[in-house]
Amino acid sequence: MSEVQYLPGKEPHPREYRMIFKNVDRAGWDPSIECYMNDGGYDQLKAALKMDPIAIREEVKTSGLRGRGGAGFPTGVKWGFIPPNNTKPVYLICNCDESEPGTFKDRYIVHQDPHQLIEGMVISAFSVGAHVAYIYIREEFPAGAEILETAIEEARAKGFLGKDILGSGFDLEIYVHRGAGAYICGEETGLIESLEGKRPYPRIKPPYFPAALGLYMAPTIVNNVESLCHVKHIIERGGEEYAKLGVPRNNGTRILCVSGDVKKPGYYEVEVGKLTMGELLNDICGGPKDGRTLKAVIPGGSSAKILRCDETYKIGRGDDAKEISFWDIDMDFDTVAACGSMAGSGGVIVMDDSRKISWVLNNLNHFYAHESCGQCTPCREGSTWMKKISDRIVSGKANPEDVKTLEEVAYQIDGRTVCAFGEASSWPVEAIISKFRDELVAETSEDNEYKSAEALEQMKYL
Amino acid sequence: MNAEHAPSPGEKHFPPFAVDAEFEAAADKRIAQYPEDKKRSAVLPLLHNTQHKFGYIAPEAIEWIASKLGIEPIQVLEVVSFYPGFRQSAPGKFHIRVCRTLSCAMAGSAELMDKLEELTGADRSKCDPHHSPIAVSPDGTWSLEFAECLASCGTGPVVLVNDDFHEDVPAEKAAELMEKYNSPAK
Repeated sequence: MSEVQYLPGKEPHPREYRMIFKNVDRAGWDPSIECYMNDGGYDQLKAALKMDPIAIREEVKTSGLRGRGGAGFPTGVKWGFIPPNNTKPVYLICNCDESEPGTFKDRYIVHQDPHQLIEGMVISAFSVGAHVAYIYIREEFPAGAEILETAIEEARAKGFLGKDILGSGFDLEIYVHRGAGAYICGEETGLIESLEGKRPYPRIKPPYFPAALGLYMAPTIVNNVESLCHVKHIIERGGEEYAKLGVPRNNGTRILCVSGDVKKPGYYEVEVGKLTMGELLNDICGGPKDGRTLKAVIPGGSSAKILRCDETYKIGRGDDAKEISFWDIDMDFDTVAACGSMAGSGGVIVMDDSRKISWVLNNLNHFYAHESCGQCTPCREGSTWMKKISDRIVSGKANPEDVKTLEEVAYQIDGRTVCAFGEASSWPVEAIISKFRDELVAETSEDNEYKSAEALEQMKYL
Repeated sequence: MNAEHAPSPGEKHFPPFAVDAEFEAAADKRIAQYPEDKKRSAVLPLLHNTQHKFGYIAPEAIEWIASKLGIEPIQVLEVVSFYPGFRQSAPGKFHIRVCRTLSCAMAGSAELMDKLEELTGADRSKCDPHHSPIAVSPDGTWSLEFAECLASCGTGPVVLVNDDFHEDVPAEKAAELMEKYNSPAK
């Protein structure tokens, strides 16, 4: 294959390893099926349809692929949760609700390389035995939804979708289902409720996985856009070969989306764990803006706990135990988790010393208060309380006690809700307070209108 | 259901809700995406079709969708009232959604919104994120709304104008953005 050329000014950084984003910003590339097929598109589907569906699942397990939506759960293992004696139809759903603040990778796959997703979906559907698949795409991607509809029509015309795909006897239809602006639809059981035409209240667990009971009470596999794209490359390379990318337990590539206060924000596809935080922010993203120093980073979407740039972390156990600085954090699932946060969706939000941490906290609190679905009381009420308290802090009307109250509210949401939104909304608050308590308290004052005992009493009912 | 619908100066830019053969066929095509006994799944697609053509979800539209899908009108209304993507009164001819969330906010989305408010004449002082997120300009040409993360955090501030996506729109470029829509050719 000839060397891939990229659009001027959009060339990948030398440290990148472009696999999923190979065709993003590629010179002469368009989202048509002709363009995709001229580049070897749908060859992996042809190969996969000759394989045993179980063997495909085993390859995905061997590859070590971990879900790219945020939780990092092994994809092949998830597929294996479909009950073996199942007699109901199986559904595959592509979660394209990309809405975790800081994350902007699926956007480019859908808009520029839709057939990569469709090929990955057909292979995945074949493996799990689904004959109907839905792409749940967020409403804020109207152009993306149209591109996908066109791509599906093109794929059907070429015989890659519909009845008896390429003479294999396997049938599959893919439909696009547009969301309507609710973050909670990224939670897989909320998404399923939404697809059933209801308010997207996440379902009570157990069952923990929709693979057991999902859409229309049938086994359902919900995978992120990027995860489904990886399946195509696992077939191409074989699970074992794919697993050589990245580092053990953190295989493959991952797209890191960097936003905020660096010179070159953007998307960078790298081998998982082959890059440290310092290399990402300073070498690839050009470091802080002139005259600034970096203050804090949210490493995996806004729900991930914030990291201070001047911290050190003790990671590993026994003989492997060591202390590392913030800059030496390997950007893989396990190291970021060992440092007390999560690699999540790969959305890295960077803040420099010009940012007030109370303002950051308040922005996030507004997001979560807006997006709480309202099903569970601790989250519905708590997210609004947290917003009101941080509103007071940024407007200089807070009492020093308010910081403690805010922290207490956060800890009363965490772990007390049906879905992970409770943690998503409270972790940022818990982490920001624990790491920047002094800065927050310094913005409060004993001399403000909420000082009185009556006012404090009334605040309970805000 | 009428209680939710407030008259808007944007209404003159949209036709009143009415079902013709083309609209019905588009609805049927969407309904066919789901198993025959799971028609309710089509509620979001049908609401999208409705809002796209008529600007907002009128009470008559809710009744029609409910009867089309064999469900109660309340089952449609509760969906409309939940999702931020659906509106019960008309937006402006050009509906501008500005991303409010962290990365865009750091890039200046609040300043952009202030500038747009000044240039369009839409008054956001009575807006609140849950119950009345949209402000319409007095002439009905423009409407403004803060949206949560539009997933293009590296190129903020980002906005959607109707279905068009625009990235890197700081306050200084607000007038230029509006010019693209408000030229006499449009």
